[in-house]
Amino acid sequence: MMLGGAFIKDRRTPVYLGIGGLLAILAACAVELKTGRPLLVIDVKDMLHANSFNLTFIMVALGCTLLYFLLNGRDFEKVGPHVSEYFALIFFILCGVSIVATFNTLLMLFLGIEIISIPLYILTGSDKRNLKSNEAALKYFLMGSFSTGIMLLGIAFMYGGNVMGTFFINNMNLGSGPMPALIGVGLVLLMVSMSFKVSAAPFHFWTPDVYDGAPTVFTSFMASIVKVASFFAFVRLFESAFGTLQSQWQTLVAVITAATLIIGNLTAVFQQSVKRMLAYSSIAQAGFMLLALFALNDTAKEGLVLYAAAYSLATIGLFAVLVKMKDYTVDGFNGLSKQQPLLALTVTIFLLSLTGIPLTAGFQAKFYMLWAAIQNGHHFWLVILAVLCAAISAYYYFRIIQAMYFRENSETVMNEWDITPSFKYLLLITAVLIIVLGIFPNLVIDWLHY
Amino acid sequence: MQNLGIRFPDLLIWFPLIAGLACFIMRDEKKSRAWALFSSFITLGISVASWLNAGNPELNGLTFSYEWLKYSGVNFAVSLDGMGRLLTGLTAIAFPVIFISTYRNSYKNASVFFGLMLLAQSGLMGVFCATDALLFYFFWELALIPVYFLCSRWGGEKRIQATFKFFIYTFTGSLLMLVGIIYVYLHTVPTAFSEHSFSMRAFHAALLSPTEQNWLFWLFFIAFAIKMPVFPFHTWQPDTYEQAPAATTMVLSGIMVKMGLFAVIRWLLPVFPLAVVHFDKAVIILSVIGMIYASLLAMKQDDLKRLVAYSSIAHIGLMSAAIFTLKEVGMQGVMFQMFSHGINIIGMWIIIELLERQTGIRKISELGGVAHKAPVLTIMLVVIALANIALPLTNAFVGEFMMFSSLFSYNVWIATIAGISIILAAVYTLNMVQKVFYGETVPVTALIRDIAWHEKFILAVLVLIIFVLGVFPKPVIDLTLESVKAALTRFS
Repeated sequence: MMLGGAFIKDRRTPVYLGIGGLLAILAACAVELKTGRPLLVIDVKDMLHANSFNLTFIMVALGCTLLYFLLNGRDFEKVGPHVSEYFALIFFILCGVSIVATFNTLLMLFLGIEIISIPLYILTGSDKRNLKSNEAALKYFLMGSFSTGIMLLGIAFMYGGNVMGTFFINNMNLGSGPMPALIGVGLVLLMVSMSFKVSAAPFHFWTPDVYDGAPTVFTSFMASIVKVASFFAFVRLFESAFGTLQSQWQTLVAVITAATLIIGNLTAVFQQSVKRMLAYSSIAQAGFMLLALFALNDTAKEGLVLYAAAYSLATIGLFAVLVKMKDYTVDGFNGLSKQQPLLALTVTIFLLSLTGIPLTAGFQAKFYMLWAAIQNGHHFWLVILAVLCAAISAYYYFRIIQAMYFRENSETVMNEWDITPSFKYLLLITAVLIIVLGIFPNLVIDWLHY
Repeated sequence: MQNLGIRFPDLLIWFPLIAGLACFIMRDEKKSRAWALFSSFITLGISVASWLNAGNPELNGLTFSYEWLKYSGVNFAVSLDGMGRLLTGLTAIAFPVIFISTYRNSYKNASVFFGLMLLAQSGLMGVFCATDALLFYFFWELALIPVYFLCSRWGGEKRIQATFKFFIYTFTGSLLMLVGIIYVYLHTVPTAFSEHSFSMRAFHAALLSPTEQNWLFWLFFIAFAIKMPVFPFHTWQPDTYEQAPAATTMVLSGIMVKMGLFAVIRWLLPVFPLAVVHFDKAVIILSVIGMIYASLLAMKQDDLKRLVAYSSIAHIGLMSAAIFTLKEVGMQGVMFQMFSHGINIIGMWIIIELLERQTGIRKISELGGVAHKAPVLTIMLVVIALANIALPLTNAFVGEFMMFSSLFSYNVWIATIAGISIILAAVYTLNMVQKVFYGETVPVTALIRDIAWHEKFILAVLVLIIFVLGVFPKPVIDLTLESVKAALTRFS
């Protein structure tokens, strides 16, 4: 039993220290998974619990953060002068991610979610001179604290409602009979607050504004690692605490999933700004990830980890390119393939992966989700809806591909001086990773079976 | 014979793939073009070798598969049966033909163009060889992606919209099929090796109730119907054919539409026999409506490409109707016609391409009197056009005759209505020949020169195939006999 590792909290950490620290933690996780023996034991009274599932997820999150640092490290400077603080805040978030990945009690879940959220509020508002950034931060903060309140209330109901009088999610023994009113209320409240965190409809309204307003480098982090971590918490919470009651809340989740898929995909179609489009697409992808919650079987759990990796990689890659663009509209991508063929190629791979074309990680992830949902056997209409929405998503993802390859533009579309060879190679590595995961998803899934 | 580790299905898939990837690296237009042609000949050689070794199951990989994704039981399982050999053969013949006939066309970024063409070939080969459902799905999509880029990048004026429509259509269909595949997978019988399996044999033995079969049937059939295309899923086709670059149109109409027919025979009939019997009439009626509708539209077309596109819908409609008669003779006809139609329509496209390259015009009303200037081209065209309307002694006659006889024994009325499309085909094809090639010479055609030697050669090869198969169809029919029987075993 251990926390993903001790986290660096010092304030003046330059980029290299951040990367080095990440590598160390990553290595520690890998060693622990392989050997099954913890390296560092902190007694947390069983409030955190690590198994191969949790640890693999933490590794995926850390790995993606590593890539994120490598790709975006230099862009932090453009946001403001406090580079080291941004790194520190992101490490705080990572600490929260590890907690929500391993939590064993509702209190730890709350703590983890808050450790993730508070630094995020700051990061959203970090571009102090930008009015939109301030507005987004305020909006996010208000809505976020509201959902936190709801979550606390839910936790209180759960505590009062279960016969064992415990916060431990494994010991609640809710049984499978009709649930008592208190538990029912607690469950719905928790579902609402978690839906807010993962931006599931109808609690998604903050997402486009916040993603749009926040500095693009941080949107990238928010939309990728933070998002999948919240999902992971969502699924773990409902699996451990409410797994036995699945038949009673499944329809509710199905409705939320359907709404998320429809709203996310349909709205994304009409966006002109790529950044906003990606915000809606993240809602749409959340809809697909909700299928894991809906199905809640072993396939779903494996699929979720895979989805986390596939989605984070593609999103981080896309945002890394977006940061360098002069113009965030779809037309801003016109003619990119002529000016930066390699970047255009990698962006294409990211988009294909998000669409779910075979041989990319995104396909394997979607495949697992569909598999899990069909295996579940209930609400088959949801699966059909999901694939129809995936077809719609092809429409807006391919618009960018069309802009890059089939339309011309005489002006330069990127800030050329920003693009170093190492940046290009890193993007290429990310793209290759996506394809490798698409062909051999077992590279990730094998870790789950240690 | 000892297994030397060389299996034809593997070679047919991997060779074009590697050749295509190699093509991307080349910078020089001439080099990449020559390389593409060269590699397509090698693929043809492999294919011919696989025909010659038809009796050797080891080399054709009847029993071979690699484990790919161990948790979901996906195998890289490929094999070549008679039908597979026929269609991989068609693919292998088509590509050199396409490359030679468009040898003079020059492309921007030629290396990328030829690379994508070869990738498409690899995907098509994979579709025809795969015996694992998920692998089949992979190749099904992989054949689509290069074609999407080819059409959008090198196509005509309205290429982006047209291709996008095509892409969204087929992608939606494929996703529905994916849902179907996973559903069937979860109902396969557990074996000693894995709980469920995607292998074709497991799919054939899947435990599905009649109701489940009924709606699964449509999930699969819509995907295939879009690809073929069968009415009412055909609207992408004329636009895409019109806008795509000539070489890609040939791939699309010559080979890719066969994917749909092939998939129906390979994956639909044996897996959902009850549903097939239940819906056979519905599909046949849709197909026949499509035939008449497309033929009527073809008569109205002034654009040569659109005319051929609609005539293709009519031909495919007949094939899809014949499949669902579930009779051996009809099925044989379909097999034969899949091959013949591929050859004939590629021939048609080559001629249209040659005309358009010289005159820049595809409008029937603006052309005329080509025969005086280009006699060889005209002779070739007349032969191919006659094959298109299935005159005796041409290859298409054999196939259409078998399909119609099967339709007649299925239902006389349906067959009679479908028969009207033959007359309509004669009307629009001969009308086109008359207006474009005979009649008065108009200024644009006055400058036309007859075709070059390599174009003559390639058209002559096609014409030769048309006649040889028209007179002597037995080799092809023998080749696919087993596959036909296998496809129909669950209906006898």
